[in-house]
Order: sequence, then structure tokens, then C-alpha cells
Amino acid sequence: MSEMKKIKNLKDFSTSADRFEGANLLCPGCAHSIIVREVLNATNDDLILAASTGCLEVCTAVYPYTSWDASWIHIGFENGSSAVAGAEAMYKALKTKGRLKQPDRVPKFVAFGGDGATYDIGFQWISGCFERGHNMMYVCLDNEVYANTGGQRSSSTPIGASATTTPAGRVSYGEKKNKKDMMAIMAAHGAPYVAQVAPNKWKDMVAKIQKGFAAEGPVFINAMSACTTEWKFAPEDTISISDLATDSLVFPLYEIIDGTQLNITYRPKNIIPVRDYLGAQGRFKHLFTKQYEYLIDEWQTRVDAKWDYLQRREEASV
Amino acid sequence: MADTMELRDIEVWDGNMAASHALRQVQVDVVAAYPITPSTPIVENYANFTANGYVDGEFVMTESEHGAMSCCIGAAAAGGRVATATSSQGFALMVETLYSASGMRLPIVLNVVNRAIGAPLNVNGDHSDMYMGRDSGWIQLDSYCPQNAYDLNFIAFKVSEDHDVRLPAMVHQDGFMTSHTAQGVHTLPDDVAFKFVGEYKPMNDMLDLDHPVTHGVQTEEDWHFEHKARQQHALMTAVIPKIEAAFDEFEKLTGRRYNIVESYNMEDAEVAVVCMGTSVETAREVAEEMRSTHGIKAGVVGIRVFRPWPLEQIAAVLKDVKAIGALDRSSPHGTVGALFNEISGSLFNTDTKAVLTNYIYGLGGRDLTKAHLVSIFSDLKANADAGKPTTPLQQYIGLRGPKLSFF
Repeated sequence: MSEMKKIKNLKDFSTSADRFEGANLLCPGCAHSIIVREVLNATNDDLILAASTGCLEVCTAVYPYTSWDASWIHIGFENGSSAVAGAEAMYKALKTKGRLKQPDRVPKFVAFGGDGATYDIGFQWISGCFERGHNMMYVCLDNEVYANTGGQRSSSTPIGASATTTPAGRVSYGEKKNKKDMMAIMAAHGAPYVAQVAPNKWKDMVAKIQKGFAAEGPVFINAMSACTTEWKFAPEDTISISDLATDSLVFPLYEIIDGTQLNITYRPKNIIPVRDYLGAQGRFKHLFTKQYEYLIDEWQTRVDAKWDYLQRREEASV
Repeated sequence: MADTMELRDIEVWDGNMAASHALRQVQVDVVAAYPITPSTPIVENYANFTANGYVDGEFVMTESEHGAMSCCIGAAAAGGRVATATSSQGFALMVETLYSASGMRLPIVLNVVNRAIGAPLNVNGDHSDMYMGRDSGWIQLDSYCPQNAYDLNFIAFKVSEDHDVRLPAMVHQDGFMTSHTAQGVHTLPDDVAFKFVGEYKPMNDMLDLDHPVTHGVQTEEDWHFEHKARQQHALMTAVIPKIEAAFDEFEKLTGRRYNIVESYNMEDAEVAVVCMGTSVETAREVAEEMRSTHGIKAGVVGIRVFRPWPLEQIAAVLKDVKAIGALDRSSPHGTVGALFNEISGSLFNTDTKAVLTNYIYGLGGRDLTKAHLVSIFSDLKANADAGKPTTPLQQYIGLRGPKLSFF
């Protein structure tokens, strides 16, 4: 059983021992670093980490520097999941054979990947790891775009967002497809724990990460990561944008246990209109024109329907 | 603790079975693999060993070859003995990660059962996959028969895991011709085989929790060059002496002699073919006949170590030959064959006057017959006598339809 940190308040949490150094190259205001710190700080256990190619990877391990004070590996864009799965298999083998150097310590295996590495190019590898049941956590840093390479659309990019490969223009409102429901897909693998988290709701997030670490088997965490650069908001507004996302229910916070039991973990006291969330970001700016304004209403309808669906599942305990 | 298996001194094994037993005997910690013809039986056999208690490491059946090598890389970085097997299209799918494994200096043994690469789809043996791996930074050892496939696995682990080397290694065998052809294979007892390779000695292991390590960093123009140059330097300078030392030790243990370059009747050879895989054995037989019935002093140079390419050894063995035929079992697609190029590179700054020509043969598993080799040796004799090529530079052997050739 893993050793969970007792975290009383934000000050306690933010000054907690850090295995992800502040010395990194991520953009000012990037939510990735907040999420990664929250994940790593949720446990005192040893960590074996992997990252797929992406913002996090290129900003934290540029030779001769590293931001990681825990073992860390990167191979390619699609295979952070398999890298950590391989390490986990080696851990099991060396445990069986009595060759672990610190046999009394049980490390946690965590892979990080962006939505490009998760929803798109690395999907098959993640699915394989989850089907095989490796004891690992996969954290998707979901900023809904290929941010590292300058803002191309991914299958996580939501309808109406302007991305460089789905730009808004005179005859286009940008991305045409709805965001892939990765939570449902990963829950359908029968994973013991699947949860959506957001860095602004840090207590909710820490509780979920700790639940994930306590689970046996593959755990999927979809972490909303507001992207100052590609969502186009001021770097100091990361947390307030995140608040708009969770309180408008665009990013509902919930968990799915064993692929069947869905629990909503955060219910905003005052649900704010989706319009406010969209309006705070440059990537949706073109929706606030006569031509495309109908999409904002469609957005609201879609978010309401999803929230209804989640509530019905929770009530029915399925 | 895995059970040991009592083997007869000589077992009737095909190349796949030989490779599987080698993996079992060296007690690989993690095998992560994906099945593909004709290498599939290697992982099937290994699965059987695992299911019956002869393996206590982890056996991970992944969703693809790319996933298999990705797991192998993670496992190797974690700090233990790692191996897998593949062929052809699967090898092609792995290629991205092959460069990662060598660039990250991780010892991994990959059994490649050579097969053609489509299109057109083809399951039979040629060397297209082996050639595809030649710039990937791996050590590449080549088997001619099941016995070699068994023995070279031990060599591969020993050299790859050496701390002066830390480079991954492929053991190649010809699809079907070796992989599915049962022959007598001299075995080693389990304990002797394991002792030859030895306990795995971890280095920069992720699982040493007191010494965290970062694997797979980014380097740009500031450091990338220094990394790649050092990798190449290790491959070019450290590997051949280690393989030679391992061959010597293996000979003492088993009486079986392996060489960096396997020369046959080369002491006084006037003409020689250079080839790889099962063709070496056929060529040796024909070379013998060329001497006894045609009066042609024919020799054969078999490539045992394809990467790193043994320039000096190749130059030395070919220096007095008058005509050389480079036999490539892969379509070069746009140039001369790889062996032709390598031999040219080995001989160019020497005093040799040898005439070098190129034969493309055996694509997609097409047989190389003794009659083909007789005609090649006869060509070479004509070249030797003329002191210049009497044939086109590049010809096809065993091709139906109109005769195609180049240059």
C-alpha cells in the first residue's frame, strides 16, 4: 500500500518536497507544470516516470539539464505509456528474481503525455498497456491542441476552436469535429480507475491521484491543461480560465471506477454560461460574430446534455 | 526460480527453436514481443517455456512491434536483460524505436528472422529487413544455420551488455531457410550457457531508486553531434574487439569457432563471392566443386558481423583476389547493392586491382541454386582473366523474363 501525503492546505502543498523542479522551459502560465507538481506531490513513494514527446518533454530534459528528481524516460511521441510499462515489467521481473536494489520500496509508475500523444498518435500503445493491465498511471495533459509544434488540431480540439490546421476563416469556423471522449474509451478498457481533473481544483485532483495510486492496475487521468499560448489568454489567467472551464461544466470533474461506477466529484455552486468560458479565449474569438454565433448556443446545448448524461449515470450507479 | 531443462547434447532444432532456447537459457528478465511470420515460433516457444515454469522473467505480448520495442527500451532502461524477436514489416514498424534504443545506449537483443518487405507482400526470406537496420546503430550478427542462431545469441548478449559497449544487438537468421529448417544443434547445459553470458550488470538503471536518472533527453545543434559521434565511435572501436574476445571464449567453451569474417578457401583464391545467411553454406559447397571440377580457385567470404562493418578484415581477406562477386539478397532500389558498396569502401584505398561486380538474388525467398553459383563463379573467372568486368556491373540471378541488368 502506498504512502499517501497528508495535505492540509495549499501552502502546505505548494511547499511540499518537489521532484519536479521549477527550473524548466515551459511557458509562463503553463498549466502542465502545475498539474505535474500536483501529481508528484500527492505521494511520498518513489516514482518511475515517462513522458511522450511534447511540451512537457522538450521543456524539462534538454541536455545537459533535467528538471526531474526521479527516474524519467522519454522515447518518442507515441510510446510514453509503453516505456513506463516496460519499466514496470522489469520491476516485476527483478522482484520475482530477488534482484531489486531497494526491495522494500515500491515505486509508482507514471506516464505523462499531451492530448496529441494520447488521443491521437499514442492511442494504440495506451490501449495496449491498459488491456495488458500494467500497474501504471497515465496522465494526459489535455490542452486540446498540438501546442509544442505551434497549435495544430488534435482529436481533442473542440468544435469551433481555431487551430493552425483548422483555422477559422471567411468560410470556416475552425475545428469541425467534437472532442473525442477519451474518458469513456479508457473506462471501457475496464481500468480500475479513470478520472478527469483540473489544476484549479487541487484538492479534488490530489484525492483522485491518491485513489489512482492506491488502485491495482492501469489508471487513466485526463487533466485539463489550460494553454496560455494556444488558447490565447494572458499567462496570469491560467487558474481563472480553469475555473471558467470547470464551473461552466465544459470540463466536468468526475471519476469512473472499474469501468462502471461513475461519480461526479465537483458540482459548481453557480454554473456559469459556456459563453463566458469561450469568450475568455482568443481561439474562440471568431464565434462571437453574427456568422458563427449559433455555435455558442450549440456549445451550451452539448455541455448541458453531457452534464445530464453524467448525472443520470451517477444516479443509476453505472 | 525457473526450472532448468535437460537438453540432449545434440537437439534437432530449427533456427527459431534454437533462438528461443538461447533466450530461455540466459534468463532474460523481460521479453516484450509481437508475433510475425517467420519469427513467430520464437515467441510461441518462449511462451511455452513461460507457461511451464522454465522462465521466471516477464513475458509481455504487446499490441505491435513498435510497442514491443518501446517496452523493451523502458525495460532495459529500468535495468535488466531484455530481448525480443521480429521480421520484415514488423521490423519496419520498429525502426523508429531501433534508433532510440541505440541512441540511448541500451543493451537489447533482437532476433531478426529475415524476410522480404512488401509491396508486394511476401512472407519468405530475403535480407531487406536486415539491410533496413544497417544505419540504426545496432550490432548486427548473421547466422547461416540453426546452430549459429543459437550460438550468436549468447555472443550478442555478452557483447551488447558489456559496459564498454552498451549498444543493442541483432541476431539475424534467414526466414524459413534457417528459421523453419530443423538441423542438429549442439547445445549447452542451462547453467553453462548462463555462466557464459553472466549476471546482468545494471548501469544507469531507473530502478536504482537512490540514484534517479533521466533517459532520452533532447539535444539540438549544441550537443546532438557529440552524442552521435560518441555512439558511432563506440560502435566502430569497442565492438569488434569485444566480439573477437567473446568468439575466443566461446571456442574454448564449445570448440565451435566463429570469426568476424568467415573465409572459406580464401588462402589462394583467385575469385570469391561475398554473401550472407544460408547462401554462405551453398556457396562454400560450390566453391569446392569449382576447384575440383572446373579448375577455378574459388573462395567464399561470409559476413558474420554486418554492423559494425569490419572494413579492415574484409580488405585483408580480399586483398589478393582478382575478381569478387558481391551477392545482395535485397533490392538496392536506386543504387548498387549494400554489400557491393561496403566491399568497395573497404578496398578503395588499398592496392587491390580486383574486379568487383554485383549480383541481386533470392528476393522474396527465390532459391539460390548451385547452378546459379557455378555461373557466378564462371563470370568471376572471366573477369579475373580479362582484368576488367566482362559482365554488367549489376545483374539478377534466378530472375525470369527478359534479362535485366545495369551499368
